[in-house]
Amino acid sequence: MTTYPIDQTQPPLTLPQARQRLWRLTGGGLLALFSGLAVAFLVLPLAGLLWRAIRADAWTGLSTGALTEAIRLSAMTTLASAGLIVLFGTPLAYALARWRFPFKRVINALVELPIVLPPAVAGLALLSVYGQRGLFGSTLDAFGLSVAFSTAAVVIAQVFVAAPFYIRAATIGFAAIPREVEDAARVDGADDAALFWFVTLPMASRALGAGLVLSWARALGEFGATLMFAGSLQGETQTTPLLIFETFQTSVDAAIAAGLILIALALVALLIARWLESRDDLRTTA
Amino acid sequence: MNRLIVLAIGAVIVIGGLVVLLRPGDAGGAQTLTIYTAASLTDVFQEIGAAFEAQNPNVTVRFNVAGSSTLATQIVEGAPADVFASANPRQMTIVDDAGFTAEPAQQFAGNALVMITPADESAITTPCDLAGEDVALVVASSGVPVRDYTDAVLDRLATDCGADFPADVIENIVSEEANVRQVAARIAFGEGDAGIVYATDVTADIAETLRTVTIPVDYNIDADYRIAPLTTADNPALAADLVAFVLSDAGQNTLETWGFIPLEDMP
Repeated sequence: MTTYPIDQTQPPLTLPQARQRLWRLTGGGLLALFSGLAVAFLVLPLAGLLWRAIRADAWTGLSTGALTEAIRLSAMTTLASAGLIVLFGTPLAYALARWRFPFKRVINALVELPIVLPPAVAGLALLSVYGQRGLFGSTLDAFGLSVAFSTAAVVIAQVFVAAPFYIRAATIGFAAIPREVEDAARVDGADDAALFWFVTLPMASRALGAGLVLSWARALGEFGATLMFAGSLQGETQTTPLLIFETFQTSVDAAIAAGLILIALALVALLIARWLESRDDLRTTA
Repeated sequence: MNRLIVLAIGAVIVIGGLVVLLRPGDAGGAQTLTIYTAASLTDVFQEIGAAFEAQNPNVTVRFNVAGSSTLATQIVEGAPADVFASANPRQMTIVDDAGFTAEPAQQFAGNALVMITPADESAITTPCDLAGEDVALVVASSGVPVRDYTDAVLDRLATDCGADFPADVIENIVSEEANVRQVAARIAFGEGDAGIVYATDVTADIAETLRTVTIPVDYNIDADYRIAPLTTADNPALAADLVAFVLSDAGQNTLETWGFIPLEDMP
């Protein structure tokens, strides 16, 4: 009978052990497979865009004037929207996290509603309030203000659809701060203002930052509500997504080129946000 | 064990759902004809499609409605269209140059432009008023046929309204929409002071909210609608049949009912 060399350093596996190891390998394998598929699904469209842009003569159909205007408009409006969202969203998030008041659940749901609202419906909703025939239409007219078709309308649309992302993240961030820390700060003599600025806000800053990035990204990509509510006009209301939509109607390759620029800008912003996050980590763990 | 059962049931539901959604079409002789239709043809082609279905049992007619420039781009990008109905020859030429027309395109209808304002708008009564101060004008974006026609009409109106008229009107544009129906919808909704659309776009459902200002024939254009079967058609004979139906008496009568200019009345 031939003998086979047996590794004597480890005891042979029993059947239950072998089964368990196989089960873990399968689980790990499935995890890797599904994760890989998910990543591929998300990354493939970007790769497709790049591949198509490299192959085709993408830039000739693109009006550089229109593109610069659109990027400038996107930058200005999203900056304004982000500012407004932080200014009005932070107090609301704090109230939702810390206070108790009647109809809190309803208000919570209403605040999150724009997230699930189809953008076209959001546009219609905004029109019904701020449009020329809207609730405030005549009031705005009386003050000589016209929101319709203006850059202000773009900001309003962006704030409407993007604010819930920030408010939700900020609420969770505020709620996650242990009461004991706040109580300890009060014991040390901090008044409400000092408590908020020097204790609560810094502790929640990571959540706020992450929420702001998500919110800003949503505002940058906002299309449906802006198109319906603000219209599309170069230099006034035509943000980059709207320009891409219009360019697509005549030159797909030029639209792809514009789309890649938008992606690059968004990617840079996300990377900066991640870098700031990691710096924040290093600081707090030092 | 419970978790495994739940997981298994979930997987079955998801896979079952996918199978139901993605199953190949029934081969029981039912055919689908997809017409890429200019936005201004939305209603009339629905009716023509229904009449064609009545004449051809087992055929279902579906529509992809958008601005002709959008449709032309989609077709050139390989969209699975059977027939293309364009509101001007230029977009049809784009499709033709790319090699997607199975037969030479034919003109099948005409149209003219009108100005529309919200029903309670009183300041704009003639085309020359478009150049006025603070007029919020809504038009289609460049490339869309109705915009090309609009630019031509504005140039013609310069002889009557002044040499600066076209430039002044362009200054008044507040929004450029993706197709002519969106222009009409915006004005019907009360957003904007004036819009320029086809005469046929003042349909019954929005007529009450709008006021129509005619553009005199001398300054107006004759819109030239073209139709052609495409090389991407699953059933080329059926696609050609549909084109023939649009050009037939039945099709032309339907077009005339909806306000289009039939071939026989073409100038």
